[in-house]
Amino acid sequence: AGEGSAPVPGDGAGPPASERVLFPPTFSVSEIKNKQRRHFMFLRWKQQQRKEKLALKKKRRKEREALGDKAPPKAIPKTIENQRVYDETTVDSNDEEVAFDEATDEFAPYFNRQTVPKILITTSDRPRGRTVRFCEQLATVIPNSHVYYRRGLALKRIIPQCIARDFTDLIVINEDRKVPNGLVLSHLPDGPTAHFRMSSVRLRKEIKRKGKEPTEHVPEVILNNFTTRLGHSIGRMFAALFPHDPQFIGRQVATFHNQRDYIFFRFHRYIFKSEKKVGIQELGPRFTLKLRSLQKGTFDSKFGEYEWIHKRREMDTSRRKFHL
Amino acid sequence: SPQVVWSMLGNRQFCSYKMTTKTQNFCRNEYNLTGLCNRSSCPLANSQYATVREEKGRCYLYMKTIERAAFPRRLWERVLLSKNYEKALEEIDENLIYWPRFIRHKCKQRFTKITQYLIRIRKLTLKRQRKLVPLRRKIERRENRREEKALIAAQLDNAIEKELLERLKQDTYGDIYNFPIHAFDKALQQQDAESESESDAEREEDDDDDEDVDKREFVEAEDSELSDFEDMDKLETSSEEEQEEEEEVEKKASHSKSKGKTPLKGPARRKRPYIEIEYEEETEPSTKTKAA
Repeated sequence: AGEGSAPVPGDGAGPPASERVLFPPTFSVSEIKNKQRRHFMFLRWKQQQRKEKLALKKKRRKEREALGDKAPPKAIPKTIENQRVYDETTVDSNDEEVAFDEATDEFAPYFNRQTVPKILITTSDRPRGRTVRFCEQLATVIPNSHVYYRRGLALKRIIPQCIARDFTDLIVINEDRKVPNGLVLSHLPDGPTAHFRMSSVRLRKEIKRKGKEPTEHVPEVILNNFTTRLGHSIGRMFAALFPHDPQFIGRQVATFHNQRDYIFFRFHRYIFKSEKKVGIQELGPRFTLKLRSLQKGTFDSKFGEYEWIHKRREMDTSRRKFHL
Repeated sequence: SPQVVWSMLGNRQFCSYKMTTKTQNFCRNEYNLTGLCNRSSCPLANSQYATVREEKGRCYLYMKTIERAAFPRRLWERVLLSKNYEKALEEIDENLIYWPRFIRHKCKQRFTKITQYLIRIRKLTLKRQRKLVPLRRKIERRENRREEKALIAAQLDNAIEKELLERLKQDTYGDIYNFPIHAFDKALQQQDAESESESDAEREEDDDDDEDVDKREFVEAEDSELSDFEDMDKLETSSEEEQEEEEEVEKKASHSKSKGKTPLKGPARRKRPYIEIEYEEETEPSTKTKAA
């Protein structure tokens, strides 16, 4: 019933695939009650669709070749990055206001080379083995950093102590169920505090084909895709962790790559095989961060002034909208 | 009568407050003094009974007497104990005067324990509280999935390599790497011999990274680099697996040399003629001792 010009076959056998089957427009595969038959008709319909698509492609390609130079340019496929909702806070490279802001914000002393970064890495209470090892590895990756464990000390109390001892940054790694899952990065002399959710933490031994240990050389820093104002300030926070002058002899590079609001951290050793080819080898831990909140002063969860909080209901409504 | 109650509930029949474990029986009744299921501690099987219980930080003494056994609503009499520890103990004694020793003793013990845990609660609330934030499963799953997709879209290795090459082009590395520029190559492609001597002359002034086939004295300084080079080699070029450092050094030199001359010719072409050169040269044993 309603099969058009195809001969009615027995169940399962069907006509040879090369015969063109015409389905009348009012026919829909889903109306057949018999499951086996319905499945069979569906497969046939699918085959036909594929054939049509292939024919269309061929036709288009022929047209394109026929036109030669006059052919319209190839259509760019849509990606999420292409379709991203335009964020009005995107930074132009020549924006004066942004440049002025950056010259006078909390990172100005760092970027003017007045301060050398000194970093304190700590954890939440009672860190378990994985977190401890991760802290150690992080300390080897970031030069001039020290790991201290705190047993029950309040963050608000250790911050003035840190400032007194000339630390410029504080990193607190929060742990849950024996796995690090959060990162609080605080720039010390009353700088901004960023709270991240950390995921996919891989220690050095879990990385395949890794190289030898990171050496003591100061690595270079790559910050990718930090486009908006918020992204810019976060990028500067990360840059302020590393000393300003990388030692190129070490050939190490730390990368913070932002993609769709996820910041991927990698640590590599590179080697230039020619001026067109470079090889990289991953050493060091890797993790991904997602920004949860950015606070103006140092860590203060109750009375702090929040510059940006991730509000799920408002900010996660569109799949094409990103904030960093 | 209490004996009958006990013979029923305690031993033979079912008591809903009774919890049995391998070694002991517990009583879940909230008025139980010790928490165990005994003849003397069962509030149902004793017509005269007393307990200490706390509510919202204040301790009360509850008493049950035979006279009120017929009035369940008024069965338990409640007395507020003072906040002062010693005074409260005296109050217990006062109220339970002429009561069996066991009940008095156990009441005071229970009261002591309760006050101690109340003190501990008060101390702990002053310290930092751990705030438990529940994870939302749907959101966690969504974020993990998005992270994976973002990772794929990021193509990190390519991005890092591109960035490094950009920096090389813009001369941020200065004079460390001295690869001849592509345009320079093309111009020199026709004049092989001259460019060879030229580039050799260039390389004499180089520092560490460029290896020099003819000059031997630079090999020593590159020891730290060589180990890395070895690693890199083992990673990508599986076809060459020479063990000796010098051969790799020379190979590298030949690579960079060939990049200067014939960048368009394939890798196979590049490697073969120069490997022969490596075997021909007699410099290996001497440089080996020097490098070691």
